[in-house]
Formats: sequence, structure tokens, C-alpha cells
Amino acid sequence: MSLKQSGRRLSKQSLNGFINYGIVIVAYLVVQLMISQGLMSNSLQSLLVPVCCYVVMAVSLNLVVGVSGELSLGHAGFMSLGAFSGIIVSVTLQSVIDLAPLRLFISMVVGALVGGIGGVIVGVPVLRLRGDYLAIVTLAFGEIIKNVIMVLYVGVDENGLHFATSEAGLNLTEAGTAIVKGPMGAVGVVKVSTFTAGILLVLFTLLIVQNMVHSRSGRAILALRDNRIAAESVGISVTKYKLMAFVTSAALAGAAGALFGLNYSSTLASRFDFNTSILILVFVVLGGLGNIRGSIIAAALLYILPEMLRNFDVSKYRMLIYAIILILVMLATNNPTIRNFFLQLRQQAQERKGGQAQ
Amino acid sequence: MSTQPRREPTRLVPVPNPNKIPERDVDKSPILECRHLGIDFGGLTAVKDFNMAIGRTEIAGLIGPNGAGKTTVFNLLTKVYQPTRGTILLDGMDTNSMNTVQVNKAGIARTFQNIRLFDNLTVEDNVKLGLHNHISYGMWSGIFRLPSYWREEKVAHDRAMELLSIFDMGYLAKFKAGSLPYGAQRKLEIVRALATNPSLLLLDEPAAGMNPSETAELMDNIVKIRDMFGIAILLIEHDMNLVMGICEGIAVLNFGQIIAKGTPDEIKNDPAVIEAYLGKKKEG
Repeated sequence: MSLKQSGRRLSKQSLNGFINYGIVIVAYLVVQLMISQGLMSNSLQSLLVPVCCYVVMAVSLNLVVGVSGELSLGHAGFMSLGAFSGIIVSVTLQSVIDLAPLRLFISMVVGALVGGIGGVIVGVPVLRLRGDYLAIVTLAFGEIIKNVIMVLYVGVDENGLHFATSEAGLNLTEAGTAIVKGPMGAVGVVKVSTFTAGILLVLFTLLIVQNMVHSRSGRAILALRDNRIAAESVGISVTKYKLMAFVTSAALAGAAGALFGLNYSSTLASRFDFNTSILILVFVVLGGLGNIRGSIIAAALLYILPEMLRNFDVSKYRMLIYAIILILVMLATNNPTIRNFFLQLRQQAQERKGGQAQ
Repeated sequence: MSTQPRREPTRLVPVPNPNKIPERDVDKSPILECRHLGIDFGGLTAVKDFNMAIGRTEIAGLIGPNGAGKTTVFNLLTKVYQPTRGTILLDGMDTNSMNTVQVNKAGIARTFQNIRLFDNLTVEDNVKLGLHNHISYGMWSGIFRLPSYWREEKVAHDRAMELLSIFDMGYLAKFKAGSLPYGAQRKLEIVRALATNPSLLLLDEPAAGMNPSETAELMDNIVKIRDMFGIAILLIEHDMNLVMGICEGIAVLNFGQIIAKGTPDEIKNDPAVIEAYLGKKKEG
């Protein structure tokens, strides 16, 4: 009996993880089925890849805000880094690699690397400090990235990549193409992102975040969140583990950004502004801090909701309705009366189960 | 265990009035030596000229009235505060350039006056965090569940359960640390500190809030830990039964200064100690 119990308890955390993989896979199969049956409108289908991106963004931000306990307000900045570096890589490799999925994969890897490097640059100085400095610096970082890309011109020709601050400064040859054109953003991108790639990225993100949290490193990150002084007293380096969580999160955001950027023929830098960062933070907070499954569901539903409302008569008021739903969800998840109600329901269900077992 | 290179003992000016360390440790160098240790907070001198040596397997006590600076001494030893003056030699090694993390790796572990556990983690995970620097698999092995992950997590689990069994707490392993009763939390803090494999264990008021029978059990356990692990223990405590019962050397601190050092019997009869605790006898 006791052995059985301990076995069940041990597997509880991995079971939770498997349920999350299951939810994602089932969602994928349902969507594929709906598409094949013609049950899904084109506008809804066009949302599939962005939803995957935002799920990855929410889960990775949860690693910083929920698991590591630091507030980051510039997550869209890392997405932006990944998106533009991914686009540049994809366009550059267009003539070399014919296979679109491979090009997408390489773009996502490069996007993750660039995002990760951005994470190191922001994280190394800031995570040594105590307090809310990370929130301030990441907020500034997001704006800086946006403004830098707004004035950046990138082109490619047979001599390789060119970077400049004006189109004329690129000095491209006849055969060259400009990839990023400052305020016009990235243009003429061949769309290579697919829903399948998005789901694979979501699964990969879940693998990284969930396994990391239940390993030596993740334990250290959780310990730092719970009690920094005690963690230091048992020999856990604060900067190292805070940085590990932050950089992992930034790299995943970079990969999601690459997927996002390669889903549109043109991408503007202003798309990854402060509002986007806050939107992702809203997904994380509503899904529950440290709750991975909550992040997945909140990101998917709340991203689709405003677009769905577009289809109804109420489209004029869609943002109003969106706001009201946000407030209601917040109330429902934080109101003690409603919480107790659900708790009672769960207890009653358990009692019933117990009664049946006897 | 220690990642710091072993340095030659630093030679300093001898300390006036050195305290004695137990007979059995005399032929070995002391595990901890504080020389002229002091710290100022602005204009306030919280600790001054603190000299103390602790033998390799000694149980030493640090007592004194409230606000005497006892916990400040602990914070100096673990580098939560950087000393303003003086030297701390841990096993002959100067800890001046170390931070809290390095001091722990070098062999000092501590508990806290107000319990500091990782409340949202399980008891087992709390102990495993103490073992953190004795598990070596990296981030990628953890993420991709490579063989080293399974191997070392198994070792860590076994070691954690072994350590918990010292206090008969194995059955609590899966509970959240924050949900434990007060006494169990105090014990868990000691287990977590022991897991870091220290050579010197600092206990900050381990018996605070315990009833006499729990205190008696704790006394047995402290001695048991010393004998099992062969380590030195320095404790701060207000419970005189505990201090006089198990400490071999005691230092009395008042207003940041040591006013008496010696064996329990010497301390009990020291006029300066009696004055510090009970006040001056009225003349006439």
C-alpha cells in the first residue's frame, strides 16, 4: 500500500507533464481533422501558427516570471530578435537550401541563438542586482530593439550580407535583394512556417521547460525564488541560475519569433512593441504563475478570442468584450468565494470516488 | 568538496587571551579561527575584537543578551556581511575574498534564527538543494534526461532519505516544507545544512520555541550529529540547559564584545557574565 502510494506520488509531476504534451497533441489532431473536414474558416486557419508562437512565448515567459520570480517586460524584444534574424537567415539560404522545412528549422535555431545572446547581454548585468531592475531594463530593451530595427537596412547579394542605416547605403549588386527595409520592416519573405512546425516547437518548449524545472538546475531556480538568502547559504549561485532561466526563456522566445516572422510575407518591427510584451504577460498571469498548462490554455484562448469576436455582429465592441472577459477570468480565479465553490466541488467529487471504492 | 585551492595557513599576530579547545583536538589546527573580527554599521560598532578558535570536533556555544551581536557574528562568518576588520580562518584558509556561496563550498553551513526553508518545495527537494553542489549533472542532462540525470538523482534521493532518517523524518519526504509543524521545520533546516557536507555547522537558536522534551531530544541529536559526521558545531542559544549541557567551550558576547570565554563551569561562575545577565549587585 505505502509502496504503491509513494510510486504514484513520484510519478505525479511527470504525469502532469505528460498531460500537457497530450493536450497539445490532441489539439493538433483535432485541428487537422477539422481542416480536412472543411470545418475551419480560412481566417481561423491563419491564426494557427501565431497561436503556437504565443503559446511558446507564454510558456517561456512563465519560466522567468513564474518559476524564477523575476518580472520581465520585454519578452517581445527577444521575439523580435528571433523574427528578424530568422527572416534574414531564411531569405539568405533561399537559393542554397530548397527544402522549406529545413530552412525553417535553421532559421529557428539561429533565432534561438540570437535571442539567447540578447538574453545574456541583458541578463548578465541586471540579474546581479536585487529588486525590480530586470523589469525596467527589459522594458527599455524591448523599445531599443524595436527602434534599432526601425532604422536598420539589411540586404543580401552574391557578396554576402550587407548592413546599413539607409537603403542606398546597402550597396547591393543587381542580383541583390533588400530583406529588412528600416521602417517598412522585412518585406518579400517567403512564408515557410507551418502549423506542424509550430506544434513541434510547442512540444520542444514544453520538454525543455518541464524537464528543466524538475532537475537540479530547476530546483535551484525555484529555491532562489522561494528564499534567496537560504539558497545562497547552501551554496547556490544566484546569478548563474537566474541567468540560466532568463537566457533559456529568451532563446525559446527567439525561436518562436523566427516561426512568427516566417509566417507573414512582411513583418514590422512595431509589431513587437510593449503592448505585445504585456499581452504575453497577461497570458502568463491569467494562466497562473508557474502553471505551465495554464499558460498554454490562456495563450491559445485569449489569442483566438478577439479574432473570433471579429466574425460576429458585435465586432465593433470586440475589444470591450475582450476586456470584460479578462476581468471576469481574473475575478473568477482570484475571488475566494468562487475558489471555495470549485474547491468544494472537487472535494465532493473525491468523496464520491472514495465512496465508490469502498 | 572544496573548490578553493588549499592555501598555507596565514600567519598573523597572535591573539591575546586565546580560548582553549578540547583536549582531543589540540594536536590538530582549529577548524575556525577568528582574529580581531569586527564590523561597523555606519557609526555603530556591532562586533569588535571578536577572537575565537573552535576545535575540529568541538561543540561550542555563543551566548549573550538580546542584541549582543551573536547573529551578526554568524552573518560575518557566512559572509552575509563583509567584516570591517579582522580575519576569519576556516581550516587555515582566509575567507576574506569569498562570498556566501564560496564560504558554504569551503565548509560552513548554517541554519537561521527565523526559519528559512524553501516553503513551496518538498522536504526531499529541500534536502536535495543542500546536496546541490554534490550532484554534478548539468542543465542539458537534466533537460534531455540523459543517463547521468537518472544515476545522480538516484544517488541524491538515497542520500537525502538517509539524512532525513537521522531525525526520523523520512515519512515527511513528499510533503511541502512550508506545511510542516514548527519543530520539524527546525530539524529540516539542520538536515539541509548537513547535506552540504560542512566541516563547521552554525546553528542559530536551534531550540527556540521548543518545549523541554523537544529540547532534550535536540540535545541528543546535536551530539549525535557531531559524532556521526565528525564536525564542529557552533550554536547560539538562549536555553541555558542546552548550552551548559552539551557545549564544551562557551563565549559570552555583550555589546559586541566577548566578555568571557571558557568551559560551562567557568562561565557559570564568571562575575562579568552574571553582571551582564542579572545586573550589578547593589552595594551595601
